[in-house]
Amino acid sequence: MTPDAVPQNYLPIVIILFAAAAFAIVSLLAGMLVRPSRPYQAKLAPYESGAPIFSDARSRIPMRYYVIAMLFVIFDIETVFLYPWAVVFKELGLFGLIEMLVFLAILIVGYFYAWKKGALEWD
Amino acid sequence: MIPFSPGDLLAILPELIVMGVGCLLLVIDPLTAEDRKERLVYISLAALAVAFIAQYWLLGLRRPVFSGLYVLDPYGTFWKLLLILVAGLVILLAKAHLKLEAIDLGEFNAFILLSLSGMMVMVSGRDLLVIYLGLELMSISLYIMAGFKRFERRSMEASAKYFILGSLSSGILLYGISLLYGRTGSTMLSGIKAGLAGLPPHDPILLLAMILLVVGFGFKVSAVPFHMWTPDVYEGAPTSVTAYLAVASKAASFAAFVRVFMEALGGVKANWQVLLLIVSIATMVLGNVVAIVQTNIKRMLAYSSIAHAGYALIGLVVADAAGVAGVMLYLALYAFMTLGAFTVVTMLRKGGLEGDEIEDFTGLARRNKWAALLMLLFMISLTGIPPTAGFIGKLYIFMAAVGAHLTWLAVLAVIFAAVSAYFYLRIIMVMYMREPGETAGTPGHNVRIVASPAIIAVLLVAAAGVLVLGIFPDPLVKAAQSAILP
Repeated sequence: MTPDAVPQNYLPIVIILFAAAAFAIVSLLAGMLVRPSRPYQAKLAPYESGAPIFSDARSRIPMRYYVIAMLFVIFDIETVFLYPWAVVFKELGLFGLIEMLVFLAILIVGYFYAWKKGALEWD
Repeated sequence: MIPFSPGDLLAILPELIVMGVGCLLLVIDPLTAEDRKERLVYISLAALAVAFIAQYWLLGLRRPVFSGLYVLDPYGTFWKLLLILVAGLVILLAKAHLKLEAIDLGEFNAFILLSLSGMMVMVSGRDLLVIYLGLELMSISLYIMAGFKRFERRSMEASAKYFILGSLSSGILLYGISLLYGRTGSTMLSGIKAGLAGLPPHDPILLLAMILLVVGFGFKVSAVPFHMWTPDVYEGAPTSVTAYLAVASKAASFAAFVRVFMEALGGVKANWQVLLLIVSIATMVLGNVVAIVQTNIKRMLAYSSIAHAGYALIGLVVADAAGVAGVMLYLALYAFMTLGAFTVVTMLRKGGLEGDEIEDFTGLARRNKWAALLMLLFMISLTGIPPTAGFIGKLYIFMAAVGAHLTWLAVLAVIFAAVSAYFYLRIIMVMYMREPGETAGTPGHNVRIVASPAIIAVLLVAAAGVLVLGIFPDPLVKAAQSAILP
């Protein structure tokens, strides 16, 4: 594949983009023209037949959630890397094992640090 | 199987030491009692000393590392020696300064070492993604360090601003890298160079990629128009972090900037030289002119650091051996004077606060003649008056410009260096020709000088660097000239 061929290869994607946009616009427009409009309070709620709304969702959230979410992302990445590594483990051999141990050691440093600093405690 | 040889690990020994001890400090820090935290400083200083020796031992060697993704070469070694030295001085400075500011010393050293290892990766990477990785490791540590004065608004603002703008610029840089990869089929500098050979010189995607890379690196070296963050971050961050930002992060970013543009995009020089020429002129003009109206010394030094980035960029505009050596020399010399100037700023205390307004320098010569004398030395060096380091740096940059038939650019730069004399010499005027205020509310009243052995050591090294390298620049010039990119 020469670099000059690249733009043509993207043509199907451009077509899909336009088709998707057209589908959404046309179906929304068609719905708007055809359907009867009789709104009332319960119907306008974000979740019809759901639990009643008691406050605005855009309230302040404790910092704690943010820290926990960050830690989750960090250790989730670990598993993301472990999976493909496990698949090709045999081909990588000892070298791959050592590499992964180094990677895990660095993560454990982070884990230890977070633990000791009390990031895992809720209060 | 991944090609790997034990020699590769030896080639990155200094990086491994810095990175390893950085991680180690994160483990030791929570286990150390509050009154023993100073030991962490000695551990990091010892690690830097060992890394410096290891790097010095690798001096002059040249070999590709990790299948060419990384490289050990004199160019990288030059920068790494400079960066390790600067990090050591900043740790010494911070030891005294953070205590004054009542900032926890714990993680600080770990972050200095981790960001240093990022910088070292950045200056030796020969693959755009490795360089990007180093850049992020450096930047993320710096974002955190900028907010180390957690309870002060300005510091938080600095950290948040730097983080948001920094992420944006990283994104732009990555976009540029992805376009280059799409066009040339490689992220390795040598692969990009080979891929460019088959492309027309005015390929639009290539031009766009180049512009995006200039934006990404321009942000990190604070070139106009990507400089907006610099004054706010420099003002808000603790002064020892500001010194580190102004010196080490700028030097490392310039090192990667020059390597990427010379090694990968060297073949299409004509395309980016004009762009960088404009950026360089804008940076010199804006940095020097806006610095004049500043009343806060840290903001003034921030604009001065922008202006100096403009001078250093001339070396990259010239884009030949003399230009690259000029950039290396300029930033190495700039490191000493800027570090020195920020160190003097940390010494001025006004009650429990830092005396970071220019008026706090009023009559400093009467209060402490040594601090004033050193500040005088750093200021005339920043202006570029002989026999100081600043003059030598400018001399080689301007000579490179003249050698490349850009005499008018050198003349313009000299004119703006003359403009800069106004605000640098104003500090000297304020220190020497005004009496310190005696009553409350007058300028210079209630300012005291705090010195500790560590700060004096940093000042002596900086002053020695400015004077010795200003008078006998030969060894450094030779080192830079023998370390330019092949």
